[in-house]
Amino acid sequence: MIEGDPVVRVLYVDLTRRRSWVEEQADLFERYLGGAGVAIQLLHKECPVGVDPLAPGNPIIFAVGQLNGLFPIASKMVAMFKSPHTGNLGESHAGGRGAIALRMAGYGALVIKGRSETPVYLAVHGDEVHLRDASAIWGMGSSYTVGRVIRQREPYPGVRTIMRIGRAGEKLVSWAGLITETYRHFGRLGLGAVFGSKNLKAVTVSGRSVFKFKKPRLYRETYDEVFDLLTKSTLMKKYHELGTSMNINPLNEKRCLPTRNLKKGYFKFADEISGETFAKTHLGRRVACAHCPVSCIHIAWLREPYEQEPYFYKTKMISYDYELIYALGSMLEVGQIDGLLKLFDEVEIQGLDAMSAGVILAWATEMQERGMISTKETVGLNLKWGDYDTYIRAVKLIVEQPNDFFKALGRGVDYASSKYGGSEFALAFGGNEMPGYHSGPATHISHLVSSRHSHLDSAGYSIDDKMNAAGKKLTADEIADSLLNEEKWRQILSSLITCYFARGVFTPEVIVKALSTLNYQLSPENLTEIGGNILKAKYNFKTREGFNLSKLRIPNRIFETPTPAGQLSEEFIRESIRLYKDKIEAL
Amino acid sequence: MVAKRLSVVDVDLCVGCQLCMFACTRRFGEAGISRSAIQVRSAGGFERGFIVSVCRACPDPPCAKVCPTNALVPRKPGGVTLIPSRCIACKNCVEACPLGAVSWDEEVNKPAICVYCGYCADYCPYGVIKLEPLRGKEK
Repeated sequence: MIEGDPVVRVLYVDLTRRRSWVEEQADLFERYLGGAGVAIQLLHKECPVGVDPLAPGNPIIFAVGQLNGLFPIASKMVAMFKSPHTGNLGESHAGGRGAIALRMAGYGALVIKGRSETPVYLAVHGDEVHLRDASAIWGMGSSYTVGRVIRQREPYPGVRTIMRIGRAGEKLVSWAGLITETYRHFGRLGLGAVFGSKNLKAVTVSGRSVFKFKKPRLYRETYDEVFDLLTKSTLMKKYHELGTSMNINPLNEKRCLPTRNLKKGYFKFADEISGETFAKTHLGRRVACAHCPVSCIHIAWLREPYEQEPYFYKTKMISYDYELIYALGSMLEVGQIDGLLKLFDEVEIQGLDAMSAGVILAWATEMQERGMISTKETVGLNLKWGDYDTYIRAVKLIVEQPNDFFKALGRGVDYASSKYGGSEFALAFGGNEMPGYHSGPATHISHLVSSRHSHLDSAGYSIDDKMNAAGKKLTADEIADSLLNEEKWRQILSSLITCYFARGVFTPEVIVKALSTLNYQLSPENLTEIGGNILKAKYNFKTREGFNLSKLRIPNRIFETPTPAGQLSEEFIRESIRLYKDKIEAL
Repeated sequence: MVAKRLSVVDVDLCVGCQLCMFACTRRFGEAGISRSAIQVRSAGGFERGFIVSVCRACPDPPCAKVCPTNALVPRKPGGVTLIPSRCIACKNCVEACPLGAVSWDEEVNKPAICVYCGYCADYCPYGVIKLEPLRGKEK
């Protein structure tokens, strides 16, 4: 660690008592590097066993790592909390400016506890900590406006983050997200609802710092090596050019783009909503997270006329990525780009997680199609594949919650299907709605066993993709090994915290060298061991809160729709989960 | 030697990555942004693009005119040179620059004044800024 690095400082804010204080946790940051590694230790300490995730006792922990602010593309921040969506580990990562702002403000972590009596937002500017009245922005219709208000009111533009919730978080929708810098999100697992439960509308952080090295020349040389890999090699090409949406066409061609609630792996209008089409007709601007040269954030423009006012138009700027296009596009068979952007926009206005939104609406559409629910439940809506106008109305109703059905949708597809049936096509894994890959067994095993039930944890789809291309099949044991090893390594990346998109740049050797500039003498083996310890701590939190790998619900739909690796077998998947369980418990 | 200045070639190419800001502090072998003489912020939300604030080497620099101790010495044909030992940290220069291009170095409590070295431009991935010769008249 750099001598005197302020990363060891943890800022605590107690909303109930309206107090803040700083505690130094040098040992935690030394051992676990920061980020996810430190956050899970703080979560174990601060979160009472069995606490209601929406009770004041559930803490929100934001953490950064030692490479943030020091090396390019170390631009991510981690949030941890007990998830109101799954009832166990809530972990979400985001870019934007949060990581740099918290690091530059002179902290390694921010822990928010308690519950404010009235709506507030938290403003941290270096050593100054303020709780500001948020009554006037509570209940505001659009999350965009909340951002604008705080932007005007708070100082230090350029070196700050503004993280805020929409109405979905206020209404405690269990899969509401937290929006940061308008276009990035702590989207998954319900951080927005935890904010809402605390009467916390937003957090803004800013600061300016400087970090000194024992060997400044070595630092500059290592920085340049990473910078060159990021900008001069082809490693970042995909994210740099079309962005993540470049996956739409290839996945569709391989028949693994979940479509129509995964009735199919192929969407006939995929090209209409592909990265190529977006770039050709709607890409309006590209932006980057702080201290990242890649600029993977792609923002589309949407020009809409005012019907009652001739020659009046509004032009909205709406970000798009692969997962949004899959969830709200192919999954709902919305193949019309303007309509799709309007649907993205509504999800953003309300502050919902786009992936869960798409999967939940797809389940509801199939329920209505099969006659398992009627317009009585949907308060008159006729949900139909491709009908984005009706989906936009449904998104609003999920937040307004006019009846039990929409309240149930606001708790996710696992819960809704437990009340209304249709669990065989309710596409949640470990309680979290599925990501956009139906590539083979590894992807679904990855969603089932991994800490966040996310494609990002261990990238099962990538294993499938390689095997499919080579015409090979892995055994259940090999898949379990592969997923465990990948997730162990990713704990290091999410503790330092570098963007997973740069995992090809930050190899163990590059990380070892970067850490040597911070006076660490670690080997790749040491890092793997630390990664394993962090993963085990996360698993222990999950099991502590009732998670059980032996009792996972697997929606039957994944066995019905063929993958590029063929028809999946439940027996094979359960066997791999059982082996994974043995392996993670032996860590 | 021909005097140079940093020029914002096309601000619409800016993605707001702020690598230039980090580069400026890294000149000293340090990490962070508090010593940086270049600043990038959004023009009211990322969707509206970015504002890059950096010294454009005015021929008659307003910052120098308000410096009570002549710590900012006008340079020919434009721009200023900071003589830190003269500076009393009054921040008049920060107020005087209409571009907001004089930022504050919290480490040494002096203005962070661009030295027209172009180190930042080497790290701009999109060619938004560039070091160019200064020929005595405004472009």
